[in-house]
Amino acid sequence: MAETKRMTIREALSQALREEMYRDETVFIMGEEVGVWGGTYAVTRGFYDEFGEKRVRDTPIAEMAIVGAGVGAAMAGLRPVSELMTINFAFLALDAIVNHAAKIHSMFGGQFKVPLTIRTTTGGGRQLGATHSHSPEIIFAHFPGLYVCCPAMADDAYGMIKTAIRNDNPVMVIEHSTLYQTRGEVPLDQDYLVPVGESRIVREGKDVTLVSFSKGVHWCLEAADILAKEGIEAEIVDLRWLRPLDTSKFIESFKKTNRMVVVEEGLPQFGVGAEITARVMEEAFDWMDAPIKRVTAEDVPLPYSREIEQMALPSAEKVVKAVKEVL
Amino acid sequence: MSDKALDMTTYREEMDERPSDKLSPQTLLEMFWYMLLSRRLDERSWILHRQGRIPFHISGMGHEACQVATAFAINRGIDYVHPYYRDLAMCLAIGITPRDFMLSLFGKAGEISSGARQMPSHFSSRKHNILSMSSPVATQVPQAAGLAFAIKYRLKMGLQDPNDTAQPRLAITSLGEGSTSQGEWHEGMNWAGVHKLPFICLVENNIYAISVPVDQQMAVRNVADRAAAYGVEGVIVDGNDVLASYDAMAYAVQRAYSGEGPTLVEAKTYRPVPHSSDDDDRSYRTREEVEQWKRKDPIQRFQAVLQERGILTQEQLDEYESRARQMVDEAQKFAEDAPYPEIEPNLDPNSVYAPVEVD
Ligand SMILES: Cc1ncc(C[n+]2csc(CCOP(=O)(O)OP(=O)(O)O)c2C)c(N)n1
Ligand SMILES: [Mg+2]
Repeated sequence: MAETKRMTIREALSQALREEMYRDETVFIMGEEVGVWGGTYAVTRGFYDEFGEKRVRDTPIAEMAIVGAGVGAAMAGLRPVSELMTINFAFLALDAIVNHAAKIHSMFGGQFKVPLTIRTTTGGGRQLGATHSHSPEIIFAHFPGLYVCCPAMADDAYGMIKTAIRNDNPVMVIEHSTLYQTRGEVPLDQDYLVPVGESRIVREGKDVTLVSFSKGVHWCLEAADILAKEGIEAEIVDLRWLRPLDTSKFIESFKKTNRMVVVEEGLPQFGVGAEITARVMEEAFDWMDAPIKRVTAEDVPLPYSREIEQMALPSAEKVVKAVKEVL
Repeated sequence: MSDKALDMTTYREEMDERPSDKLSPQTLLEMFWYMLLSRRLDERSWILHRQGRIPFHISGMGHEACQVATAFAINRGIDYVHPYYRDLAMCLAIGITPRDFMLSLFGKAGEISSGARQMPSHFSSRKHNILSMSSPVATQVPQAAGLAFAIKYRLKMGLQDPNDTAQPRLAITSLGEGSTSQGEWHEGMNWAGVHKLPFICLVENNIYAISVPVDQQMAVRNVADRAAAYGVEGVIVDGNDVLASYDAMAYAVQRAYSGEGPTLVEAKTYRPVPHSSDDDDRSYRTREEVEQWKRKDPIQRFQAVLQERGILTQEQLDEYESRARQMVDEAQKFAEDAPYPEIEPNLDPNSVYAPVEVD
């Protein structure tokens, strides 16, 4: 095991990007406010001075072009990191992501590949209103041809960026706007990669399986602490990748606990909970002791006013409540 | 339609009669009042944010002249307005009140757009035909073209009397220069041009999009230079000069009302404050630059004109200042005392849909 260093998710992302830029000259960053300003979430702070404007490009406010040009540059042999300021604006780039990035390798018989990294930020809870607080990760996970990962921990943030940049396929790295200050141990290994499509158990337990990703993992951890005081041991599976989806860990866990709660910040309908539940039905129905529960956002556009916004989002308390319903 | 943008700053001198010459002293004072009120309300909002009493503020400071000029050039409260987040002064001049704005900042029940579901500065009021924007920029532009399309459709179908001034006769939308890089802006402009719609696009060019200067958004000098490519008339104006802005806007309004088609008015202005309460502008521009622009402050400039013309006395100015302070104080207190929105109805999935009426 490599030595580790404690750092924030922001620092981990930043360090990974910096190392990859030194490692490979074809890597460059483009997006709104990534240069002079150092990134909306300060991930690329200092990069503009360190690497110059050729490799750290402030772009016009044009998400379709930020991704579209990234697809083009990737086909021409570069390894662009296209940054979308927030995932809400990724809706404006959907065609480039879904109809191009995700399709090119397959539709052109492998003649072209798209080694593109799309970095963006998801999540609500900061009073930014419905059109500015989406958590629509599942939309991107719907399409074959894209890889989608959502770091919840600092080591994953570090390794996922590296995996994304070095991978020959388009990868979306979806960070969470409220996790940048979250600290964790990060391996001091410049080649630390997070294997594509590998989930991980972040806490062991025997009574119930909690499946989540991104911010949801932290609600689960908080809930597990509360439950532990009452003698309930929750096992937590961090999916890490929404595509490819690793079913092995949560199925194995479920076969042990026989009970499951799926936690996600997104909307309930056709969400991650629906997918995970279907996989359990297909692969582990006989091990089920109680109906699987979902904890999601309420099925409304996320409101601005503080209290209603908080009530509309999942929380550790809601996870605890759901666990008690399946026990 | 000319293929070069019209520069109002020079064009005005050639005009026999400037539309703004026809404004009465009362109207001029009213325009001044709204600019001042907006400034004082805006300043208070920054303070409230610094005190940690509100979560967010995005400001219209420095843009007041072109905004109030716009409100006064259209049929206020009747013509469709699809504004953007900086348009506080425009919306106040159309009828949104300091109370309405404060309710929104504090996220309180009774907030006029949606009972505090929508963010502040995403202005919306059915009563005034002001439509709410979404947070992705420029998305209001195709919609505004659609509003203008509906106006023309009604006229053509005989569903509307062309002289009925109680009906909207144009749609105006606004946005920053950076947001014109967005595909939706180009699509909306083209649409308006192709259909020759009663449509106005006000571009409030403050030369920055957050930290990014205008020369990194576009390779042309003026946003208005692009108008010709859409078959739209392009006009450039000093957006810190309220009377010049009024002239430009009156020209655009007259074109829309008389069926001559869409106009793009580019108001050159400046934002003397950070982009929003989340921004620190010291990293991307010098203090000298900001100070220089502050000398061109639209309110001070208009004040000087009005005083020179003997329209605004010191007494009147003092009275405006104290009235503005009172209104802002009162609005703040009103919002602070107001209850938060109820939780249940706001989390009801049915509330998302218009009620379905079935006989
Ligand atoms: C589609 C989209 N991309 C990015 C943003 C983030 N954003 C908000 S305001 C802004 C700058 C807009 O600049 P400009 O259009 O010049 O207007 P200004 O704020 O200067 O008035 C950006 C990039 C957004 N709201 N929507
Ligand atoms: Mg601007």
